[in-house]
Amino acid sequence: MNSEYKSLDKLLILKITEEIDHHTTEKIRRKMDNEITRYMPRKVLFDFNEVSFMDSAGIGLIIGRYKVAKLFGGEVEIANARPSVKKVLEMSGITRIIKINDGIRIAN
Amino acid sequence: MKGLYDNEMKLEFLSKSSNEAFARITVAAFVSQLDPTIEEISDIKTAVSEAVTNCIIHAYEDTDGIVKIVTRLIGNTVEIEISDSGKGIENIELARRPLYTTKANLERSGMGFTIMESFMDEVEISSVVGIGTKIIMKKKIKKIENTTDIKEECCSKTIV
Ligand SMILES: Nc1ncnc2c1ncn2[C@@H]1O[C@H](COP(=O)(O)OP(=O)(O)O)[C@@H](O)[C@H]1O
Ligand SMILES: [Mg+2]
Repeated sequence: MNSEYKSLDKLLILKITEEIDHHTTEKIRRKMDNEITRYMPRKVLFDFNEVSFMDSAGIGLIIGRYKVAKLFGGEVEIANARPSVKKVLEMSGITRIIKINDGIRIAN
Repeated sequence: MKGLYDNEMKLEFLSKSSNEAFARITVAAFVSQLDPTIEEISDIKTAVSEAVTNCIIHAYEDTDGIVKIVTRLIGNTVEIEISDSGKGIENIELARRPLYTTKANLERSGMGFTIMESFMDEVEISSVVGIGTKIIMKKKIKKIENTTDIKEECCSKTIV
């Protein structure tokens, strides 16, 4: 996982670079929580561009981070999820509380 | 004499979380001989990942145990049997319900069985408390009839 903070917009971009399952989430979760509590962003954007696999562990991961971000008054958004990942996200119903953006270009 | 199954493989491994990816990739590789679509393969990988993870975190609760997978190809149908000799499920009907989890503290979503059921055609659960759990999932791999699919496949191959 990589992260990037844009202080002007108070935007924290968390780019996940591994497959998301029960095995990988623990490490990802720790890193994400570090970044969120450090920056207290207004918005956390999960960039899923490089996520080739996700099972229900990812749902728990995202809902958990949504709660952490909310503690600091931040919202959460998901970008660039491929169809197989989107299918799992949509099943879970979290798309009702978390916006999923298609084809967001993340400027450097 | 010809066997009952057209093809079959068996896999046994320790209930370590690092084996979750190994298990789903291995099953997917075996199933690929039926020429599934990308979507069918990712459905199968996700369902296997859910069932194997359940053995690791619920059945054995992070102690060492053996997870067994048998995959059978019967005609166009994939049958995947995933079993453990862990603690078993007390109430299967309850366990199947969306959002039901006994491990909410670990940020489990309770969506594992719901995903298995919607990504596979059939999911059968049998379990005895103190003995173990067996999940049998089936999915029919559809033959590609849509000509645009075939065309796309042939074109991408020519380019490569
Ligand atoms: N192999 C298993 N052995 C024992 N209990 C299980 C097993 N698989 C599932 N369960 C039980 O069923 C519940 C629901 O499973 P699931 O839908 O995958 O959700 P989750 O894994 O997120 O809890 C689990 O919380 C657990 O109590
Ligand atoms: Mg589960």
